[in-house]
Amino acid sequence: MYVIVVGGGKVGLNLGRELIRSGQEVTLIEQERRTYLRIEQELEHSVQYGDGTELWVLERAGIQRADLVVAVTGDDEDNILICQVAKDKYLCQRIIARCNNPRNLQHFKLLDIQPAVSATDLILNLIEHEVPGHGIVHLLDLPDDKLEIIEVEVAKNAPAAGRKVSALGLPEGSLVISVLPPGRTGFVPKPDTTIEAGSEVLVVLDPGLEPQIMAQFSPDRPTA
Amino acid sequence: MMVLVVGAGRVGAAVAKSALAEGHTVSVLDEDPLSHERLDAGQPTSWEDAGGRFTVGTAIELDALLAAGIEEADIFIAATRGDNTNILVAQIAQKRFGVEDVIVRVLDPARSDWYSEQGLNTICAVKLGVALFESAIDRIARR
Repeated sequence: MYVIVVGGGKVGLNLGRELIRSGQEVTLIEQERRTYLRIEQELEHSVQYGDGTELWVLERAGIQRADLVVAVTGDDEDNILICQVAKDKYLCQRIIARCNNPRNLQHFKLLDIQPAVSATDLILNLIEHEVPGHGIVHLLDLPDDKLEIIEVEVAKNAPAAGRKVSALGLPEGSLVISVLPPGRTGFVPKPDTTIEAGSEVLVVLDPGLEPQIMAQFSPDRPTA
Repeated sequence: MMVLVVGAGRVGAAVAKSALAEGHTVSVLDEDPLSHERLDAGQPTSWEDAGGRFTVGTAIELDALLAAGIEEADIFIAATRGDNTNILVAQIAQKRFGVEDVIVRVLDPARSDWYSEQGLNTICAVKLGVALFESAIDRIARR
């Protein structure tokens, strides 16, 4: 696989290094001269100097034959435009963009630059996951496939507490895929598994069903 | 017409001033509060007294664009010093806010051409400058 990585900062350099180690063909593009010279001592011919948002720099790196373009500069504008030309001008099949400021994620979506990876959002999600009693946690969102996986703690007063999985009043389009009782390892439930209060459950659902799911597992909590 | 100019540098400020003089409603957005001085320079009254609007904010922040009045804009002009900011904010104006007429300053000739094929109204000062130099050389050579 031929991968072009634009941006030789911490993310780009480590990414390039790991990809080369795993046997991929890689070109890293870095526009800051001093950073370039430092990286070049290690990666040698695998790094090129230039502004990766300029078409001739991308062409010199061989974007026409790239299987994957990864834009990980510190500027969201740059990452969006690099991926936009990779996709729309050079018909590159796969792109990955780094989103530095989570507030800019909407711009990536607007211009269909997907996937956009936001480290800030990833860490925020982890914090949400670690903070107890936060209610609902989004583990996976696949808007294109109209699919979500959420994690929710079963409250004491929940309609689901003490009930068998087969007797849960869950809406069509949702399914309990895992039960994590407190202090024990999680498992995939059978229809006759009883859901205990205090457990966490993973539910796969169609987007928009959260309020109905929450009503069953955690009726007092907002679904935000 | 309501004209929204993003970027009050040499180009943006001059375009904003002449649009105001033409009788248009003009709003200017720039992240540097000091850029306001360029709008006042050489004018008998301050920019606001002359009827202009000025908002401090970053071009790609939706709140800043809304505060600057993008929802009422008939013409959107992206004239910051950054090509990438201009090209992105122009597409936000066009695709998110549905501004009919979007004009973008792009210094890089290659991307000015490509984005104009994609439906952006780009203006490339570099290309115009190069053409002027070429014809100047040509005129001298023929003398």
